[in-house]
Amino acid sequence: MLSIKDLQVSVEGKPILKGLNLEVKPGEIHAIMGPNGSGKSTLAHVLSGREGYSVDAGTAAYKNLDLLDMAPEIRAREGMFLAFQYPIEIPGVNNTSFLKKALNEIRKHRGDEELDAIDFLSLIKKQMKLVEMKEDLLKRPVNQGFSGGEKKRNEILQMAVLNPTLAILDETDSGLDIDALRIVAGGVNKLRSEDNAFVVITHYQRLLDYIVPDFVHVLSDGKIIKSGTKDLALELEERGYDWLLEKAESPS
Amino acid sequence: MNPVNDENSTMSDEQQTIQNITDQDYKYGFVTDIEMDEFPQGLNEDIVRMISAKKEEPEFMTNWRLKAYRQWRKLKEPKWPKLEYDEVEYDELYYYAAPKTKDAPKSLDEVDPELLETFDKLGVPLEERELLAGVAVDAVIDSVSVATTFKDKLGELGIIFCPISEAIKEHPELVKKYLGTVVPYTDNFYATLNSAVFSDGSFVYIPPGVRCPMELSSYFRINASKTGQFERTLIIADKGSYVSYLEGCTAPMRDENQLHAAVVELIALEDAEIKYSTVQNWYAGNKEGVGGIFNFVTKRGLCAGARSKISWTQVETGSAITWKYPSCVLKGDNSVGEFYSVALTNNYQQADTGTKMIHLGKNTRSLIISKGISAGKSNNAYRGLVKVNNKAENARNYSQCDSLLIGDQCGAHTYPYLEIENPTAQVEHEATTSKVSEDQIFYLNQRGISTEDAVGMIVSGYAREVFQQLPMEFAVEAQALMSVSLEGSVG
Repeated sequence: MLSIKDLQVSVEGKPILKGLNLEVKPGEIHAIMGPNGSGKSTLAHVLSGREGYSVDAGTAAYKNLDLLDMAPEIRAREGMFLAFQYPIEIPGVNNTSFLKKALNEIRKHRGDEELDAIDFLSLIKKQMKLVEMKEDLLKRPVNQGFSGGEKKRNEILQMAVLNPTLAILDETDSGLDIDALRIVAGGVNKLRSEDNAFVVITHYQRLLDYIVPDFVHVLSDGKIIKSGTKDLALELEERGYDWLLEKAESPS
Repeated sequence: MNPVNDENSTMSDEQQTIQNITDQDYKYGFVTDIEMDEFPQGLNEDIVRMISAKKEEPEFMTNWRLKAYRQWRKLKEPKWPKLEYDEVEYDELYYYAAPKTKDAPKSLDEVDPELLETFDKLGVPLEERELLAGVAVDAVIDSVSVATTFKDKLGELGIIFCPISEAIKEHPELVKKYLGTVVPYTDNFYATLNSAVFSDGSFVYIPPGVRCPMELSSYFRINASKTGQFERTLIIADKGSYVSYLEGCTAPMRDENQLHAAVVELIALEDAEIKYSTVQNWYAGNKEGVGGIFNFVTKRGLCAGARSKISWTQVETGSAITWKYPSCVLKGDNSVGEFYSVALTNNYQQADTGTKMIHLGKNTRSLIISKGISAGKSNNAYRGLVKVNNKAENARNYSQCDSLLIGDQCGAHTYPYLEIENPTAQVEHEATTSKVSEDQIFYLNQRGISTEDAVGMIVSGYAREVFQQLPMEFAVEAQALMSVSLEGSVG
């Protein structure tokens, strides 16, 4: 589904990703961990098409399409979803009409009929239960006046409604208390299927207690220096990153 | 306050897209081929007399026009607005133009089919409005009203809704009593010119205690080349009555600047309420700033009676130059004035717009919500006056003036004036300036929404408080207009 080869990315001339490789297949959950500044968020942004990053080398194929050549909205319509680390506020734009517009753009792209207001409302009400969100948040402007936890739940709600093929969760656990974390993770678990895949970027092992990954990758200085199963995350929790970093630095 | 960025940084992709969106051509640029009944160029007393004679006006009207003309000759064009433009050659303009129809049509069947087609192109087919929306349309193409609907139904309630030229002949007592009482013929350069040469416009009278059962609507259109457009509208809401009036307009594309100097007077007597909504989309000139309408409008409402209310809502997206300050004179005790405005400028458009709230009566209240949106290389200024007279005990005002910038080559300016002569007044003013951020656009992109739609959404969200004031169909039209006006602008 997603195949990244030797991806090298710089920001204002400064290399951030230095030859990253990653293969994600349908039905899989990949966790990407790593210390601050290792390039985790850059990866999420480059994959979703954010401006300001220059791809210096490498390729990224998504459903056999050249991902890096696609406009961000086309990537989204092709089923790629980014849950933002810091969800953006859009004053005055109603949360429900925003999400309805987004879903219908995606449906149009797929050649499906657009949903009318009634069908959309029943869909969103069903999906809201997944994230235990209060209904009044639907009537409010997008993310405006939402608490940190409400914003993250709103991201997962959007994910549940848009039903992506590939979802990237960029530090969705940051700033969440344990209850919110459980709800967000529960939402992800209910959405996972044989046909979709998740890339979960996180700083802490904690989230992986709730979203159990098939693979764990450690990103450091722009490269994946170690890949393993969920046990790797537990080992990292216990030992920190230093032992891995030292190992990566000493040529073997 | 001038957030214009002089740095010549290279355009980012987002800016390029904004540019593309705002660069879109004017969609309503076409000219209707209707024979015009034109007067010679220029302006003198004979032309004024000819206009009056042509319209078979009573003597009081002719004399009023002449007084205005003589006054106008003494006045100079104001230079204080933050606007730059080549001087208007008033002696080269035509001061009267009307479609060549012998007699006013009695029904839509009698209306020039080409004219109806014009409305179709604008997406406002009269017959549809008549059947579906229940809106009475007083259609004004160039200066003379050619179609009036629903007149009979309104007539049963005693409501008068007709071209002002007709009102002058059929209801001279009302016209004589109210015309020029809110905007006197001496008021200002443009209003004085209008008083001398106004060709037509709408007249509305709502009798005591009557709630007008439908939105009254008038579509204005400038159609003849080099024809100054001088509309005059007079609306009177008698005691305890209510009326909502809509004014909307688009114009065909032209190379030369066209002058428009309209006057609107509103009078609300005791316990009466007038809601006046405008969507203005005249040709704004091309991307290089050539052509476009010069729009110098005087709009003023008088809350004459106690507990009366006047509410202005405007969505201004067109014209090369907009000079417009819909105002309220709050004379009656406990009267209320409101002003809701969205002014969008793009390319080389210039707008200097705002309001005046004049508190004369006790316990008078006013509310100002102004949303300026600047894109391209345009300049957008809010200019507002809140004046509290020494006898206006317990007057209250709240003003909120926001500016939104799209790209870094445009300007936003705010000029609030306060004149408070009574210590019991409570006046609040808030102002903000913000930009459409790349983060917001990317967030919407990432949900599958194109940059054009994203900018349209962000801008509509920003202006929501004002759109909410518009009648439903109008609000939808206005939102569409915003997107059209911003197309080619993200830059």
